[in-house]
Amino acid sequence: MSPRPVRTAPGAPERPLQITVDGDPVEGVAGRSIAGILLAAGRTSWRTARSGAPRGVFCGIGVCFDCVLTVNGVPDVRACRRRATDGDVVTTQTRAAADNGEAGA
Amino acid sequence: MTAAPRTEDRRHVVVVGAGPAGLAAAGSALAAGARVTLADAAERPGGQYHRTLPEEFGGPRDGGSHFARLRRRVLDHPHCTWLAETSVWALERPDPEQPGPPRVHTLTGPADGNDRPRRVLTPDALVLAPGAHDRVLPFPGWELPGVYAAGAAQALVKGERLAVGDDVLLAGSGPFLLPVATALLTAGAGVREVLEANTPKTVAAGWTRRPWQLAAQPAKAAELARCTALLVRHRVPYRMGRTVIEARGDGRVEEAVTARLRPDWSVVPGSERTVPVDALCVTHGFTPQLELPLAAGCALLRTPAGEFVAVDADQRTTMPGVYAAGEITGIAGAPAARTEGALAGWCAAGGDPAAPALHRVRRNRERGRAFAARLAAAHPVGPAWPGWLRPETVICRCEETDYGTLRSAATDASGAAPRVIKLATRAGLGPCQARICGPTVAELTARLHSPPPGRPAEGLPPAAPHRRPLAQPIRLGELARTPDGPEPDPKESTA
Ligand SMILES: Cc1cc2nc3c(=O)[nH]c(=O)nc-3n(C[C@H](O)[C@H](O)[C@H](O)COP(=O)(O)OP(=O)(O)OC[C@H]3O[C@@H](n4cnc5c(N)ncnc54)[C@H](O)[C@@H]3O)c2cc1C
Ligand code: FES
Repeated sequence: MSPRPVRTAPGAPERPLQITVDGDPVEGVAGRSIAGILLAAGRTSWRTARSGAPRGVFCGIGVCFDCVLTVNGVPDVRACRRRATDGDVVTTQTRAAADNGEAGA
Repeated sequence: MTAAPRTEDRRHVVVVGAGPAGLAAAGSALAAGARVTLADAAERPGGQYHRTLPEEFGGPRDGGSHFARLRRRVLDHPHCTWLAETSVWALERPDPEQPGPPRVHTLTGPADGNDRPRRVLTPDALVLAPGAHDRVLPFPGWELPGVYAAGAAQALVKGERLAVGDDVLLAGSGPFLLPVATALLTAGAGVREVLEANTPKTVAAGWTRRPWQLAAQPAKAAELARCTALLVRHRVPYRMGRTVIEARGDGRVEEAVTARLRPDWSVVPGSERTVPVDALCVTHGFTPQLELPLAAGCALLRTPAGEFVAVDADQRTTMPGVYAAGEITGIAGAPAARTEGALAGWCAAGGDPAAPALHRVRRNRERGRAFAARLAAAHPVGPAWPGWLRPETVICRCEETDYGTLRSAATDASGAAPRVIKLATRAGLGPCQARICGPTVAELTARLHSPPPGRPAEGLPPAAPHRRPLAQPIRLGELARTPDGPEPDPKESTA
């Protein structure tokens, strides 16, 4: 089994949204992070490390940088920290492509 | 009677972090008459403990709790500016001629965006309350997707309504395993086992020495009792002296190998057991987020549980005008963090340190400290844990540096200085800048090479796992920009 959404508070209707991930549409609900939407959609990994090994969420709070991906053209966004908005265009990254655009990290 | 000072004439206290510590600091600084700017990288206050669901999911539903009242009192206060989604990425120390706390550089907007407004705050006093993150010791396979820091599972359930799996194994050390198990069970996830690596003897000896000190944290004790009762009700075994020594799977975790441990965490041969899992959550304690205190120049204190910010009886650090509160001064849970914050905020605001109302706060703070010491004694990291490493085990997740490489670099005499090891193995040079592997690499290299290499290279300050020039990532474009406008006024909050 994969990670799965659990019931939300009664009386709080979920507001659906859609993002695309590497061109494929992925349904989500407003309020989740991009990592949360990917996990709820059954994906546990979306990045590859230098060796090609898959990576997804590890720390969940923005510390480990395992979950980075590109959002609307901006690379190295921590998926666990970025709230998804309807229409976000997400592309996954390999470590080779992630080595630029960031100072200090 | 004199008129109350106008907002702009009040002492300006900047509080970084709106967890239990930072929110309490803001509350008591406001009560002492200061104007407060409270900044947090998250969208809502609460930190790791009071992680509230987003409005889309029904929003904060704890209307009458102490936390909800404090949150309202702080955010609605006329002299408070709340900066949501605001990362403090650097602290700039004034030149030595100019006493006072550092200037605070902020970026406001969605995490890792590229056009976030930049602002610089100039406080009269600064309270740092950035909290901690899970420490996870490496083991073969810990880099597989589906292996999470226990805090990640907690954050996903509490903040996003997501259960990490249906066959979840929780392992590591410390009472934090219990609230994570509780949150998962309450969400309907299947928790198979909870494994505490320390033996019953170690845990009991740590907690029951001076038992009256435990009674001083009734809220924590009651919370843990509730968690334990829930485990019993769900028939989830809580085993001590056992841990996960390996994760296996093809592209994601599918199996965990657990083993019995001796008190020093060496593996009892033949005690290995393989269990199927769809998620594995691990925690071996917490690492304080020390980059801001180090940027401010605060001295650290070395304790058996690791390095923390050194503070005096008023939560003052060694740097003038800089106060620290919460998990960066010691790991003792949310109630202790709140108490430290209340004291730090009051003193930072220039409140009378001898005010009678502070007596109880100070007493609770001392109890919190005692609790931290007991927690560390009851749940130490056993020195023999590297026994489960193999030469090919990943140590630095970012750079995929393995144990074999680190070992040969550390035992090679010419490569023993920490900086040289970093360059030779790339451990700690990846995007997380050693936030995850730093304490582990420091411990392993110190042990592999004795006496430990002490001499700082090239006249630089000694390398330390927490020393990072920038506390949060910032894009080069944002860095190049000049700060946007003046400081925000109260009521110009970003939320
Ligand atoms: C992921 C996780 C989940 C946890 N869940 C629980 C739980 O359910 N139950 C429990 O008993 N304990 C939990 N803990 C333990 C918890 O750390 C403490 O009990 C308590 O929350 C500590 O309070 P604090 O105020 O010191 O720090 P925190 O609560 O961690 O608050 C620190 C705040 O500072 C902010 N911050 C940090 N750096 C910056 C920066 N540079 N710029 C701007 N803002 C910044 C963070 O966003 C955060 O909101 C958890 C810990 C972690 C790491
Ligand atoms: S999971 Fe660690 S940064 Fe996102």
